[in-house]
Amino acid sequence: MVPIIIFGLSALITLGAALAVVTNKNILHSAFYLVLAFAGVASLYVLLEAPFIAVVQVLIYIGAIAILIVFAIMLTRRIGSDDLIQRNAQWIWAALGAAGLFLVLGWIVYSVNWPVVTQIVPEDTITILGQELLSTYVIPFEVASVLLLAALVGSIIIGRERE
Amino acid sequence: MADLINLIENWIKNLLLGWGASAGLTGFILQALGSVLVVMVCFAIVIVLIWVERKLAGRLQDRFGPNRAGPYGIFQSFADMIKIFTKEYVTPAGAEKGLYNIAPVLAMASVLAIWAVFPFAVNVIGADIHVGVLYIVAVGAFGILAILMAGWSSNNKYALLGASRSVAMLISYEIPMVIALLVPVLLSHSMKLSVIVEAQEPWFIFVAPLAALIFSISSMAEIGKAPFDLLEAESELVAGYHTEYSGMKFGMFYVAEFLHQFTVGALITIFFLGGWTGPMAVRWPILGVIYFYGKSLFIYLVISWIRLSLPRIRIDEMLDLNWRFLIPVSFVNLVAVAIADRVMMEFTLARWIYVLVMFGMNMFILWAALAIAERNDQAVEREEFPPRPVAVPPGVDSK
Repeated sequence: MVPIIIFGLSALITLGAALAVVTNKNILHSAFYLVLAFAGVASLYVLLEAPFIAVVQVLIYIGAIAILIVFAIMLTRRIGSDDLIQRNAQWIWAALGAAGLFLVLGWIVYSVNWPVVTQIVPEDTITILGQELLSTYVIPFEVASVLLLAALVGSIIIGRERE
Repeated sequence: MADLINLIENWIKNLLLGWGASAGLTGFILQALGSVLVVMVCFAIVIVLIWVERKLAGRLQDRFGPNRAGPYGIFQSFADMIKIFTKEYVTPAGAEKGLYNIAPVLAMASVLAIWAVFPFAVNVIGADIHVGVLYIVAVGAFGILAILMAGWSSNNKYALLGASRSVAMLISYEIPMVIALLVPVLLSHSMKLSVIVEAQEPWFIFVAPLAALIFSISSMAEIGKAPFDLLEAESELVAGYHTEYSGMKFGMFYVAEFLHQFTVGALITIFFLGGWTGPMAVRWPILGVIYFYGKSLFIYLVISWIRLSLPRIRIDEMLDLNWRFLIPVSFVNLVAVAIADRVMMEFTLARWIYVLVMFGMNMFILWAALAIAERNDQAVEREEFPPRPVAVPPGVDSK
């Protein structure tokens, strides 16, 4: 009973915050509501007994991405005001696309027969995760590392002063 | 008697169960009581710490420090506390009310949340989660967010500047801090804080002194106090991100800062000074709690000593120290420790040889890094400006 109440509350907070992100007139308020939505998603991961994903969600989405967004907004002049224009000429196509995506996702969620595992989640998932990443899934793991390294080097080259 | 805390816990548990409460509710009440206790101990310690720090600052700067309220001024913090409670809250015109009021609470919460996972003694552990180290790093993000909120919502250019500086500093110093934290994780094969504490034979400060040094420097930067107090440099920014705060709202930032410094002391204790371990700590868990707080207090005093002795560094020096020294050294250190640990695992060596090799290797990396830094420093050509006196005595030509 208690997990369902907590799930309901965190789902409500996540969805409410996500809605506020879209409808808010002030872009900085939207950014802070985005943080709340990320935190709500992290709490859902905790309920799913995936503490590693939950902590990484906080670390990357709140600690890095949200702070970057807020910082970028603060450094940009004039977009922190309340008279943000929320629509442009293509809003109808965007709305159609979003509705289509929603329908497709909803259809997938309801039509696929999701496998249900009845066994108890092992307590120490992070050790298993680490071993799997460096044995079974070592190639995708290394490819991701190389991609990140390339992004890092690329950003340094772009950021360097031209001579 | 040896296990006072669990004795009390069991007594409350049996009392509640005797009153007919369900097992789930009893567990919830016990956890809530435990969290309240940890938070209250934190606040009580901060009140004492503020007095200790002011007295220490006074002594280091050849003055008395607080000496009016009570013997040796020990009631000064209480007097300040009562004063700050009665102060008026001023919200500046044009401030974002909501964010402005949330920011101090978030700043405080982000520091207190770290205490949730600490092991206080062999069987007195908060939430002993498997991702303890990551949790500590992740929760720190809320502190940065609180500074950004405070700086932006105050509708004050000084506050905004302080907040922007804080992001440049706190985010960049997080990198060496996290990499230095990986060394104890590597040596103890776990991210669980209780396992890290128990794996320390001897303390990790002897096995990985370089990681301890890097972690200490970068977490001192994370506190945002001198010598890294660019985000509230009085001479340039009034008070940085909390310029506009008054009364208890300012008090929360102030207490959060002190508590953060004590928390850093506790983190260094857990990762490098053996946490609660000490003579008789396993048989007498209450001794473990005393060791833990004692070591943390010692590190707190060392940090105070450092920050009271050093002047504030410039913003370019701050970034140079991080990106050109701490980050490369911490990467080299991590790789070297990983390789040395793995190689020595192949041979069954006595523990003291292992420690000696690790210590020597750390010292060699530190020496090499300092030598390279010295050489690079001499290679950089610095533009020198002649002194420009602002006040010129009358009758003297300024040229």
